[in-house]
Amino acid sequence: MNAPALSSPDAFLKVRNFDFAYGDNHVLHNINLDIPRNEVTAFIGPSGCGKSTLLRCFNRINDLVDVARIKNGTITLDGVDINHRDIDPIALRRSVGMVFQKYNPFPRSIFENAAYGLDVAGIKNKKVVAETVEHSLRAATLWEEVKDRLHESALGLSGGQQQRLCIARALAVKPQVVLMDEPCSALDPIATAKIEELVLQLREKYTIVIVTHNMEQARRVADTTAFFLLGKLIEHAPTSEIFHNPAKPETERYISGQMG
Amino acid sequence: MQTPAQDTATPGTNPFAKQKSHRETKESLIKWTLRSATYVILIITASIFTHIFIRGAPVVFSLTPPFINTSFLTKLPETLHVLEDKQGKKYETTPTGVDVIKKQLGDNLRNEKTISYSGGGILGPIVGTILLVGVCVVVALGLGIASAIYLSEYAKQGKFIEMARLAILNLSGVPSVVFGLFGLGMFVLSAPKITSHPLDRSLLAIPLGFGEYISFEGWDTSVLAGGFTLAFVILPVVITASEECLKAVPQGFRETSLALGATKWQTIWKCVLPFAMPGILTSSILGIARAAGETAPIMFTAALAFKDKLPWQGDTGIMGIFTQSVQALPYHIYTLSARIPQNEYSERAQYGSVFVFLVLVMSLAGASVILRRKLRAKYKW
Repeated sequence: MNAPALSSPDAFLKVRNFDFAYGDNHVLHNINLDIPRNEVTAFIGPSGCGKSTLLRCFNRINDLVDVARIKNGTITLDGVDINHRDIDPIALRRSVGMVFQKYNPFPRSIFENAAYGLDVAGIKNKKVVAETVEHSLRAATLWEEVKDRLHESALGLSGGQQQRLCIARALAVKPQVVLMDEPCSALDPIATAKIEELVLQLREKYTIVIVTHNMEQARRVADTTAFFLLGKLIEHAPTSEIFHNPAKPETERYISGQMG
Repeated sequence: MQTPAQDTATPGTNPFAKQKSHRETKESLIKWTLRSATYVILIITASIFTHIFIRGAPVVFSLTPPFINTSFLTKLPETLHVLEDKQGKKYETTPTGVDVIKKQLGDNLRNEKTISYSGGGILGPIVGTILLVGVCVVVALGLGIASAIYLSEYAKQGKFIEMARLAILNLSGVPSVVFGLFGLGMFVLSAPKITSHPLDRSLLAIPLGFGEYISFEGWDTSVLAGGFTLAFVILPVVITASEECLKAVPQGFRETSLALGATKWQTIWKCVLPFAMPGILTSSILGIARAAGETAPIMFTAALAFKDKLPWQGDTGIMGIFTQSVQALPYHIYTLSARIPQNEYSERAQYGSVFVFLVLVMSLAGASVILRRKLRAKYKW
């Protein structure tokens, strides 16, 4: 469309002419978006603008909603149409991990939480599981804090630790993309800083899409930022450009706090 | 310095002074009405328990060692014989002991009374009730949880599912004697069983080829038929409660599990059921305690007024625990209190049974409370 789309030849996730609805409620209108490989892409916009909905289309978790319908358009991951009839959503979700807004470890041990994805994938080899758990807990910068109490309940951890455990849990299945739906909205500033630091580390290995209400956060962690309004993608550009020199007046008004 | 203090003390000028009105009287009247309603219930409950305890406890416990009347708990019911001699002394004895005492008394015997079912103990009814409840638990939890999972996790909400829910709710309004008749028609007379000699009245006998038939001739009056019937009595409770418990598990657990690449069944099995289980078990146990007390559903399907053998002592051996008819506590109490002439001896047996029965049911309820506490502590979020 006429939205200034950031088109990159190396785009990993490509959204084309994407229309999406919950029943009669048309949530996303004609989205065109390229998400580059091994970069952090932030989605910003006021509540109800459709940014979380789009995120939830990337791993087809919206399939759970009976009335969810893709009206038009495609999403491709590394060139493969993820909504094609032959795609197994379970296999897709192993490559596209997700971290939710409210940290929600299962009320089980830390180890069981981190190993959950391996367990359901049928990986029973204890050595492999233990190594993967350690590796993903290290990747989520949580290992040092929990290595002595892996078999204690995950609910004994602090909020920030619980969210990092959720990230470790997502990393353990070795995804290519990590989707984060407002991962810090329930955390204090110190825990938030740790998660942001972690996001910056993870971008070396993963393609990250992060939905955030916190514009400062987008500025700190994102390589490119996409601004959504009322189900439309208004602008997608390198983060510094969005924040310092937005192309659209709506973006400028939102960034400067006059709207939203 | 005193002036301001006087000002606030002056009535009329105090802006926060209480307004005199009928409102307070009315409020306290309402409060006391509600309070007394609660107390009435408390008093009635307490008097039921005290009555049963005072009349029933002496049958089971005694003040002299060994303090517990074991024969009441370990013997089968039998006819009680009471012999009275001319001095007015009474001898209580069993049918086998009658002759010995008669010989001792000789001409001194003034009269002899027999009271059915009131002698011996109540082991038969206890065992029967436990077996019936066991079958009922397995069937009700199996069927109930399965359908609750379907309703809450799989079924697309729509007219048909609404109708299914309504049907289940209506089931709980069906009188239990209707369940008894249904059980008689369904499980006693027409349920399928595998046999080499189908009965003449079998509705349909399908040969299996190796000399056996699937014959729709029913399970006869048996623990199996009674347990299934009881299960249908409490199924609505189990299904409704289980569905609520499944719905109470945070949606986030399901989403997270699916996002980690779990299948729908893996999600339910590992991330929904374990967390819903405490609630399901608690409410089901309460339902089961109710089932244990039902008389009507087992009257036509499983219970006998009298039986001189435990189920596994018949010629069917250990399988008798499913295929034999049994005595059951509620039916035993009914027999003692409504089908034989009343006297002090039948009354004693009756209150003893009621007391034991109440203790059994209350320990089920107690178990459910303990179970809930333990599981809640383990799986809270």
